[in-house]
Amino acid sequence: MEGTQARHEALGLDEGDLLRMYRLMLLARRVDERSWILNRQGKAAFVISCQGQEAAQVGAAMHLRPGYDYVYPYYRDHGIVLTLGMTARDELLALLAREEDPNSGGRQMPGHFSSRELNIVTASAPIAVQFPQAVGSALAFKMRGEDGVVLACGGEASTSEGDWHEAMNFAGVHGLPVVFLIQNNHYAISVPEPLQVAGSIARRAEGYGFPGVEVDGNDVLAVYEAAGEAFARARKGEGPTLIEAKTYRLTAHSSDDDDRRYREREEVEQWRLKDPIPRFERYLMENGVLDEAARDRIDAEVREEVREASEYAENAPVADPDSVLEGVYAEGV
Amino acid sequence: MPQLGESVTEGTIARWLKAEGDEVEKDEPIAEVDTDKVSAELPSPLAGRIERLLVPEGATVEVGTEIALVATGEEPGPDGPAREDARSEGPTEEFPAAGTRAQPVAAGPGESRAAGRGEGDGRGARVPSAEELRLRRSSPVVRRLAAEHGVEISSIRGTGVGGRVTKKDIEAYIREREARPREEAPPRPAPPPPRERVEVHEGDEVVEVTSVRRAIAERMSRSKREAPHAWTLVEADVSGLVGLREVRKEEFRRREGVNLTYLPFVVRAVVESLKEHPVLNSVWDGDRIVLRKRINIGIAVDLEEGALIVPVIKDADDYGIVGLARRIDEVVRRARQRRLSPDDVSGGTFTVNNPGALGSVVSTPIINHPQAAILSAEAIVKRPVVLEDDAIAVRSMMNLEVSFDHRILDGGAALRFLNAVKRRLESYTPESEIG
Amino acid sequence: MAVRTLLQAIHDALAEEMRSDERVMVLGEDVGRAGGVFRVTEGLQEEFGPYRVLDTPLAESLIVGSAIGLSVNGMRPVAEIQFADFIPPAFDQIVSEAARFHYRSKGAWSVPLTIRVPYGAVHGGALYHSQSNEAYFCQVPGLKVVAPTFPADAKGMLKSAIRDPNPVLFYEHKRTYRLLKQEVPEEEYTLPLGRAKVHRRGQDITVCSYGLMLQYVLEAAERLSGEHGVQTEVVEPLTLYPLDRETILESARKTGKFLVVVEANITGSVAAEIAATVAQEAFEWLDAPVMRLGTPDVPAAAFARPLMDRLIPDRARVEEAMLELARY
Repeated sequence: MEGTQARHEALGLDEGDLLRMYRLMLLARRVDERSWILNRQGKAAFVISCQGQEAAQVGAAMHLRPGYDYVYPYYRDHGIVLTLGMTARDELLALLAREEDPNSGGRQMPGHFSSRELNIVTASAPIAVQFPQAVGSALAFKMRGEDGVVLACGGEASTSEGDWHEAMNFAGVHGLPVVFLIQNNHYAISVPEPLQVAGSIARRAEGYGFPGVEVDGNDVLAVYEAAGEAFARARKGEGPTLIEAKTYRLTAHSSDDDDRRYREREEVEQWRLKDPIPRFERYLMENGVLDEAARDRIDAEVREEVREASEYAENAPVADPDSVLEGVYAEGV
Repeated sequence: MPQLGESVTEGTIARWLKAEGDEVEKDEPIAEVDTDKVSAELPSPLAGRIERLLVPEGATVEVGTEIALVATGEEPGPDGPAREDARSEGPTEEFPAAGTRAQPVAAGPGESRAAGRGEGDGRGARVPSAEELRLRRSSPVVRRLAAEHGVEISSIRGTGVGGRVTKKDIEAYIREREARPREEAPPRPAPPPPRERVEVHEGDEVVEVTSVRRAIAERMSRSKREAPHAWTLVEADVSGLVGLREVRKEEFRRREGVNLTYLPFVVRAVVESLKEHPVLNSVWDGDRIVLRKRINIGIAVDLEEGALIVPVIKDADDYGIVGLARRIDEVVRRARQRRLSPDDVSGGTFTVNNPGALGSVVSTPIINHPQAAILSAEAIVKRPVVLEDDAIAVRSMMNLEVSFDHRILDGGAALRFLNAVKRRLESYTPESEIG
Repeated sequence: MAVRTLLQAIHDALAEEMRSDERVMVLGEDVGRAGGVFRVTEGLQEEFGPYRVLDTPLAESLIVGSAIGLSVNGMRPVAEIQFADFIPPAFDQIVSEAARFHYRSKGAWSVPLTIRVPYGAVHGGALYHSQSNEAYFCQVPGLKVVAPTFPADAKGMLKSAIRDPNPVLFYEHKRTYRLLKQEVPEEEYTLPLGRAKVHRRGQDITVCSYGLMLQYVLEAAERLSGEHGVQTEVVEPLTLYPLDRETILESARKTGKFLVVVEANITGSVAAEIAATVAQEAFEWLDAPVMRLGTPDVPAAAFARPLMDRLIPDRARVEEAMLELARY
């Protein structure tokens, strides 16, 4: 728009930042696509996808200080962990349960992220257990007077669990430095939002004494903006924020799910038109940050990165079976 | 434990023929009992169900000792199995689940026996009750100690529940047993001085000595100790006898129902020779020698399990060859079946040994104390022999030896007797009559 | 040395650890201003402030969950679940999360968390302030479960638990808080986790127990010795999971007669696991079946006093079980 600042400029983002965000979203997408292929080839036992939610994830994760802030992702957050610093190789090693998998050495399913260096707290399968843990970590920051922030993520269904509410309440009681990022992709496996959510997720925060915002989760800059405000509040000790990012899950819930049983193709196609990556591409092109040649180049680089990562992972060894007995308890004081 | 024989003071349960829980008829054999004289089957004086065997196999007890309890179908009286702890029978808690209980859930003493019947009813296989197992098999540690020390669990008095042998009980028993040398050894007039035990090495097999073996050992030692043994041997040409037997054995078998062996001929020869040489049918009595009138020939019978038994044919001079053949067959059979009476094995005045049956050609038998001598008839072997006229012929030769008590007689008398036996055996021809 | 009750010893351990390590903190319902419903944390908030002694909302899953989050971000939290009866809402956080952090992250994360759990039947406690549910957690690899009975042991073990990089459930028998007194060293000491203790040596029977039942066992052992000539060896596991199997088995092999007495419902209890271990690994030495005594499989424990007394093993029942075993 002429005469006014571009949206990204208003947000303090330069071209480098934009390209980085774009590349990360694309990387997440390509890794995801590769995962499905490996699954359909019988090489990967389980895929749990992030396709369609890349903007919601990357836009928020851009505000994290890796290794300083704490992150409690949920199983779809490939965009978040890649933004933090995990690589395509890490993702595919995890997918193929190799010994070198940084999350768990092949002990956990894909999407159960963990990294001590990046402060990604080990995730599990029960839904919403991460929220009480997240507010506990946030309390630690507050007690020490540090400006660390905790990002706690989940889907809309996680807000049905008691743990989410207990955590929200606690965050409100103590004004904790936590950002609740709820990616509302309208389906919890097959259960649609109307059966899952009473009222509005975003407005629940008010009940717990702090702000909640609804944002277009497929608009990476909108997410970036909302998250930026939330993180700023938290860092200044102004307390928690709930961000409800409205988005859509373009694939089935996982490789074990057939979404044709519970939703129409037309609906999916409708949302595909709002796919966050082409949408961001359009923005970048409109703003002269990207042209077709650059896009093709970036895509080719990303594909190569994924191809190399896949080959590496496919050839990497699985852990020695006897190692399964080790590490039940931590040693030392 | 009955008194099996006049001077018998104790007996050994060689083998139980019935087990706890078995039914038994009156007079049905319940056990094999060994005394130092005889092994005999013990007929049950009662009909009923065997509640408990009180003496383990191999144990020696005095005459009159209780050896078994038989339930005759009446209410269990004071003779019933030990019920020390009446509380242990029924549940003492109304809450069945309050901890687990070791005791059976049966309501009373009578029922707990029935509890053991279990699903075995009507199908033959009977599941033993907890009480039976407790008495018989006790516990793992008790079984282990019993096996390690060669102790019969049922030979120990138990102070545990229901009379069970506890670890303490068996440990005390073992300690006691080791403190006293051979608690089971029979009280002999001159007990052997305590001696050093043989060291048992790994891999060695320890065989407990039965009372029969012990009796044999005693007798043999005594015989050798007291009687200075001398020994002499003659060869008998029994070709005629061999021929006679060949010719007659089929018919004999058919007619008499027993086999015709060489032994009756030997015994007959011995009996007649003893009449001529009575000094070999005598007993040394310190300052006198008692020459026996009756000729009671003991026949040494080898029982395969390492026991030797010597049934006696009383007044053997009453029998001819046929009679002897029958008597010998009978006593040998009864010996092998353990059906000899004490009378069967006592009163012998001379013993005939037949190692020839097992192929021996020379042996030096030990006198059957307190007799004066013993004769061995060896195997008949075809040998080349130089005859009167210096011709060499193949003849059937049988060695005859006599071991004799040199206190009573000398070599001359022994040889005179032996030669008489030899002459008689050599006198048979294939045409001889067998009377 | 000073005589301390169990409650005081626990209090002392908490205070001392909080003084020596600023990462140590206490959180739970009523622990702060009120000093805990049993007064275990009395005075701590005055000394350490409202965050290091934190009154949490009434939300057990949050209490444990946030404690996990605190422990992975530099703190050493000691969470309190007010009554063992209220631990079920926190089950997921304890079993799925705290126990598994270390294993599932291939050692990257540890949860140095202690959860204090008052347990055991009290008169008037009724069905929801009386339960002994420690067994729930004694089958979860990655957890440690301890239940020291006496003050000196409790103090040393609580310190070890707090310093342990693993999640530790610290069960405290409510009825013994003030009942049991003992001389407790004043100087700094810890008692390592994972080691059982022989309270009393004897040749005839071994009785393994903890909590109020242990006190009954020790009293009965005296009577058995004086009146019946039976010498009892008394073993306390101290750590219920993982068990110090060697000490327990050594005693079982020595006496050949083994009884476990617990207050919990007998089926699936810690007694059951100990008994199975002994039956399997000390079989050749056994002179009697391995016995267990516990509360029957009935929800514990009814409100009316005679009903509770009927249910929970008492001194007489404990002594009877021991005598019966000795006589076997």
